[in-house]
Amino acid sequence: MLIEINNLTKTYQRHNGAINAIDDITLGISKGSFVTITGPSGSGKTTLLLILGGLLQPTRGRMTYNGTGVNLQNEEELAEFRSDHVGFVMQSFALVPYLTAMENIMIALNVKNRDKAENKKRAIELLQWVGLDDRTTHYPKELSAGQQQRVAIARALANNPDLLLADEPTGNLDPGLSAEILGILKEINQKHNTTVVMVTHSPVAADFGTKKIQLKNGRLQDHELNVNVEQLIN
Amino acid sequence: MTLLDLTLKELWHRKSQLISGLLAITLGIGVIVGIRSISVESEKAVAVNLDNLGSNILVLPQAASIDNYYSADIDAPTFPESYVEKVVTSTLPGVDNMSPKLTRSVKIGNENIVLTGILPKSEIASKPIWQSGGLFGNQANASCAPKAGSQPAKYADKKLQRKGIDTLAGYDCFIGSSIAKKLNAKENGSLSIMNETFTVVRVLPETGTVDDDRVFANLHSVQALLGTGEQISAIEIMGCCNEISDGLLGKLRNILPDTRITTIGQIVSTQIETNRLMKKISIVFLIIILFVGGISIGNYIWANVNERHKEIGILRMIGYQKRDIYFILVLKALIIGLIGGIAGYLLGTLSAIWLGPQFAGIEVSAIYSLLIISIIISVIIAILGSLIPAYLAGKIEPFSNMQED
Repeated sequence: MLIEINNLTKTYQRHNGAINAIDDITLGISKGSFVTITGPSGSGKTTLLLILGGLLQPTRGRMTYNGTGVNLQNEEELAEFRSDHVGFVMQSFALVPYLTAMENIMIALNVKNRDKAENKKRAIELLQWVGLDDRTTHYPKELSAGQQQRVAIARALANNPDLLLADEPTGNLDPGLSAEILGILKEINQKHNTTVVMVTHSPVAADFGTKKIQLKNGRLQDHELNVNVEQLIN
Repeated sequence: MTLLDLTLKELWHRKSQLISGLLAITLGIGVIVGIRSISVESEKAVAVNLDNLGSNILVLPQAASIDNYYSADIDAPTFPESYVEKVVTSTLPGVDNMSPKLTRSVKIGNENIVLTGILPKSEIASKPIWQSGGLFGNQANASCAPKAGSQPAKYADKKLQRKGIDTLAGYDCFIGSSIAKKLNAKENGSLSIMNETFTVVRVLPETGTVDDDRVFANLHSVQALLGTGEQISAIEIMGCCNEISDGLLGKLRNILPDTRITTIGQIVSTQIETNRLMKKISIVFLIIILFVGGISIGNYIWANVNERHKEIGILRMIGYQKRDIYFILVLKALIIGLIGGIAGYLLGTLSAIWLGPQFAGIEVSAIYSLLIISIIISVIIAILGSLIPAYLAGKIEPFSNMQED
């Protein structure tokens, strides 16, 4: 298993009481899998994705990555975890507006490697891979939505992550571009054996997954994946 | 693409915000530099005038009064001449020249004259008004003036210069213009004082002061003549006006505790007050600038943080630590401080150069050391102003970019 989470709960305090966005979830994600998370709005999909990516600290529960415990309460350790192991692809692309396509990738590379020349070379390679080698000096506003998402994917791959987390990556794209982006994610999963976890509303996108998780009210609906700790260890 | 590159690109991307952020700090530093540039020149100008008036500090015996100094009573108290050495060996900054004096009223024929023993070198140097009167050249120099203009007084006649220093060691004397007329004394003539014959080396030009009624002779000759031993009745000191305002009198009192030390005339005290006022104004402005500039920069950085909420979230998402976010914002403040310091210095200096002659009647030149001070103050203001916004920026969650516009 690449990731195992045990009894994970995330509670938000609201003025009308506490709400469990994630409610005592235990599951495992195997290496090289393409997992899709679906469910109605407010079911806790994005919250689960954020916790898996070390972006959000759960209220309680444990997580192991490659068999090693991740300290989910230590911000510094989580930042290292993200830069070492995780790539993110967001619905809103999450590109820095005043950086070019190449610079958006280089700023991610700079977290792990301060060598500008090496980073530049690697950024160009990644842009070539997503078919944007003629757009290296373009700013996000000069790129189409599909191109921006491809830059975001290239950035997500910058530090060779084992885990690629995608939150509604096709949410802002038309069906044609959606298929293109999903194709790239599938390719990443199959050719590089990168584990992909994708949150989506789209049944078409959900079909790209080799494993599907359905959430409702913060709880897993697919009992096949809802295994207990003993099973995971064995 | 390093964090510095990122910061520079962001600054360039939001140029109009940068200009408004810089405005307060640039104006603030400009005001401080402008005031300081003009006040430094003003102090120099007044220092020149003050030096031209001669001595400005008077050391008298504890029991003496200013009246004793001028009336030269026979019983006026004295103190040891060795006090001069005490001041010299203390190497106090701001003591430019000293003139020890022994003054007594004596009779020559039927005339009462004031006989004053002097050590000529210091006396001459501390009386530029004599030099300007033509006796020892015509170049008066300010002790407090800038270094370039503070060469020793130039003497037109080398022979006179030598005479002024050396020949008074014997029984030569200078005689004031008024008493010279009364005694009908002529240059190179002789003058009998208390049964000793003195040669009149020079009749001094009229000064309109008590000096016109004095006869100046070598201090040690006068001491021997009066039988006082190595005693003097006063030390006249030419103190640098800036040092006087910085507490020179107090320092002298520490060295010579059993004396009475005072300044001569209102000019010194007026100048001290003026200098103090200028310094106070500068400090008040500095405090205002610190507050206004700091708040202004803080406000700018905070607005910037709010605007960059998503960007900061993106950086956190891809693995940057909180400390990297602090670094980016403090680096930005540092760059603004640096630019603001340089721009403020240029603005203040150019304004002072332009406005100084028009409004203060003073030629102002650039003070290069103020550039460093401007940059340091500006950077400190900018960094202090950015600390709270930077701290708050560190609290931005790494998933902030997931919130839709």
